Amino acid sequence: MKVAVDVPSYVKCRQSCRASMSAVRCWRFKRNVKDVSEEELFAPGHRGCAGCGCTVAMRLALKASGKNTIATHATGCMEVVSSPYPETAWRIPWIHVAFENSAAVASGVEAALKALGKKDKVNVIAFGGDGGTVDIGFQALSGAMERGHDLTYICYDNEAYMNTGVQRSGSTPFGAATTTSPVGAVSLGNDRPKKDLPAIVAAHGVGYVATASVAFPLDYYEKVKRAIAHKGPSYIHVHSSCPPGWGIPSEKSIEILRLAVDTGMWVLYEIVDGKGRITYKPATKHPVEEYLKVQKRFRHLDDETIAKIQESIDKRWSELFED
Amino acid sequence: MVTLGGHIKETGSTTKTKTGGWRTFKPVIHMDKCVDCGCCWIFCPDMSILRKDGEYSVDLEYCKGCGICSRECPTGAIEMVLEEK
Ligand SMILES: Cc1ncc(C[n+]2csc(CCOP(=O)(O)OP(=O)(O)O)c2C)c(N)n1
Ligand code: SF4
Ligand code: SF4
Ligand code: SF4
Ligand SMILES: [Mg+2]
Repeated sequence: MKVAVDVPSYVKCRQSCRASMSAVRCWRFKRNVKDVSEEELFAPGHRGCAGCGCTVAMRLALKASGKNTIATHATGCMEVVSSPYPETAWRIPWIHVAFENSAAVASGVEAALKALGKKDKVNVIAFGGDGGTVDIGFQALSGAMERGHDLTYICYDNEAYMNTGVQRSGSTPFGAATTTSPVGAVSLGNDRPKKDLPAIVAAHGVGYVATASVAFPLDYYEKVKRAIAHKGPSYIHVHSSCPPGWGIPSEKSIEILRLAVDTGMWVLYEIVDGKGRITYKPATKHPVEEYLKVQKRFRHLDDETIAKIQESIDKRWSELFED
Repeated sequence: MVTLGGHIKETGSTTKTKTGGWRTFKPVIHMDKCVDCGCCWIFCPDMSILRKDGEYSVDLEYCKGCGICSRECPTGAIEMVLEEK
């Protein structure tokens, strides 16, 4: 049996690449996928679901950071699927810690490396999911950023507590259905806006803060490199897809994630020493409905609610992209 | 038995588990259509697109058949074919 391979209509590249939208191989931004390290420090055989975008976030972060890296990891899907004892997918020293203290343990690792005089040779990354970062690990994260440790915190944001069965987090977008923000006669899904964590981290005066998306791998890869190179604390918030949690087919995992950026639901930027810069401006602005209608978690939204979401995007879009 | 501190000495040992068995559809790459853009390689969540000197192949031991490579390929060079075992 054959499955038809149709290229989505919004993907119109000039040649055979997708430069304008995925920035995989782009002359305009002088990027090429061949610049990305071949070394696979995240091993296959991990137990992530088919089509999990979060595992791509792990894989690319390690490619950018290289093998001289020590990572800590809060519990959550990426920790669980990568360390089914006695196996591990990590090809670097990696420490599984509790839900709330990835940043605290990474702080200790960094302090120890400094004491040993080895900090210049070793990168420290703290990983956490959105639940483990935006909610539960927030205090440890805030402390690590404020104390000024030389480490990079990477939050992979799949917008809910996926590993325990899709509970709402502070990072769940407005309107999304989760098991703790269900849809019914008296509930439209999550009734609170998404917490803007990158902005909160930036308010700590952190020298390097960036948002990223797995659907824009070169942009993300370069940001991890810059975050690692930055002396002092740095923070990356990478939007990552979860097919079962979002209710999307595995093969569309990247394509739908990309729509988040092309509709303005997610904006790619970096803040270096207090100076902000948009790193990708969508060539055309797609209506947010295109992003919402293809996901089960948003399928219940009525026209009025979609219009409300569109309105808030339009406001932000004009602030950011139109001058 | 669990080691002290749950210490695992062998890195990358999930390779012992062949996740290829999860697959329903398998990707088949038609190299005549491939333009060596690397999209399939960079997006694969399971490190299962193997790339060497512009030649691409699939590591069927671990590929879970998610279909991302096929969907993301700009030239339609990757076909998803039902596994028959
Ligand atoms: C203190 C504590 N509370 C609850 C749990 C159970 N738990 C394990 S993983 C997880 C969800 C993690 O969510 P998130 O950080 O968003 O990562 P994801 O699973 O979505 O990748 C929960 C609630 C725990 N391990 N520790
Ligand atoms: S539930 Fe979602 S985040 Fe967790 S492994 Fe599966 S796809 Fe990835
Ligand atoms: S089907 Fe999925 S797992 Fe298999 S090679 Fe393609 S992207 Fe990788
Ligand atoms: S995505 Fe398609 S064209 Fe690009 S390298 Fe893979 S098979 Fe070749
Ligand atoms: Mg999550």
